[in-house]
Amino acid sequence: MADTTEMGTGVIGSDKSGDGGFITTTINSLINWGRSNSLWPMPFGTACCAIEMMATLSSRYDLSRFGAEVIRFSPRQSDLMIVSGRISIKMMPVLIEIYNQMPEPKWCISMGACASTGGVFDTYTLIQGVDQFIPVDVYIPGCPPRPEGLIDAVMLIQQKIKRNERNYKLYDRTKHPLDFQPVSLVSNSTQAAPELTGTRHSLPDKDTPLQEALFGLPERDVKHVARIGNA
Amino acid sequence: MSLDFSKLFTTLQTRFGDAILSTSEFRSQQVLRVKRESILAVMTFLRDDASAKFEMLTDVTCVDGLRLPTDMQKEFTERFAVVYQLTSISQNARLRVKAYVSEDPCEIDSVSGVWDSANWGEREAYDLFGVVFKGHPDLKRILMPDNYEGHPLRKDYPLKGRGERDNFPKFNYAQAQGF
Repeated sequence: MADTTEMGTGVIGSDKSGDGGFITTTINSLINWGRSNSLWPMPFGTACCAIEMMATLSSRYDLSRFGAEVIRFSPRQSDLMIVSGRISIKMMPVLIEIYNQMPEPKWCISMGACASTGGVFDTYTLIQGVDQFIPVDVYIPGCPPRPEGLIDAVMLIQQKIKRNERNYKLYDRTKHPLDFQPVSLVSNSTQAAPELTGTRHSLPDKDTPLQEALFGLPERDVKHVARIGNA
Repeated sequence: MSLDFSKLFTTLQTRFGDAILSTSEFRSQQVLRVKRESILAVMTFLRDDASAKFEMLTDVTCVDGLRLPTDMQKEFTERFAVVYQLTSISQNARLRVKAYVSEDPCEIDSVSGVWDSANWGEREAYDLFGVVFKGHPDLKRILMPDNYEGHPLRKDYPLKGRGERDNFPKFNYAQAQGF
């Protein structure tokens, strides 16, 4: 009797250990599957990376294959913000306002060098990385990154959603504290550190050309391969 | 029908006297340097007179001559040079007019009464260099945020700024009404 009672509560709701029961976790994974396969991006494109984002959204590198078909400039109806382009100090409060208007759960992709770190523009106007002010889930290096890079980032976001993870913490701002805080509510996701596209392609031996490392030397031209340091 | 610049410069010389500092040519681009007190009279003449119908002001910009190399420095009688690019569509000609403005007082008459396109160009020169255009209808910042302090394109302004990019005021809808 006691067994069936405990088993009963474990199946339908959460039991004492805090884990979800079988039906709850199944529903959660179903919801996460639905979220990841129907991401609605909010394209915050300001500069050159926006052109590559437009190329990704067009027919050749179609992003709507991944469910990201609804590209509306409406933050209230989106769950993924793609920050592509330089963000100046005049634009940053607007970006924070738009980010606050997005409903939870939300993810953020920082596309390109300028949105991630300020890029080549270390000047008086540009924010040196939007991660100082909003939490970023995936960074894409590149100036601009290729559309495949953006697709890679969206796929990483999809994997994060399926694992029920997001980044809702900002970086340490004790050196430059703000007098306001962008709102980032805690949903039932777990906190996860942001990821970087392209790290899986970095090789331990940086001198080896990528093609050679992945596919080996072509058999015909072994003696003509030029390496750094060899004659 | 092309404009005869030598005739134009002679006319200007006889009419304005010592307000015309010098003229020169660089790679078939004509440059006219005037004193800053008479800029309004010269510009009105250049727009209206039949021998020089410059209907269009293409650009207003400014150059800070603080630490230029010596051969470029010697034409700067004051610190700032306000540069006007004029275009004559009817005569297919372009002219550059330069006026030198010192740091104190950093003022020059506004030509926005002569050409409307000077409005935003002079706002940009004020925003980035600090040159005040007297008689401008609405002289306020155009590129930098409204409560920004300093004029960034001056040569003594640090490239990385003075810490504004790490902290900035919150966006306020009530203040945004005046945009």
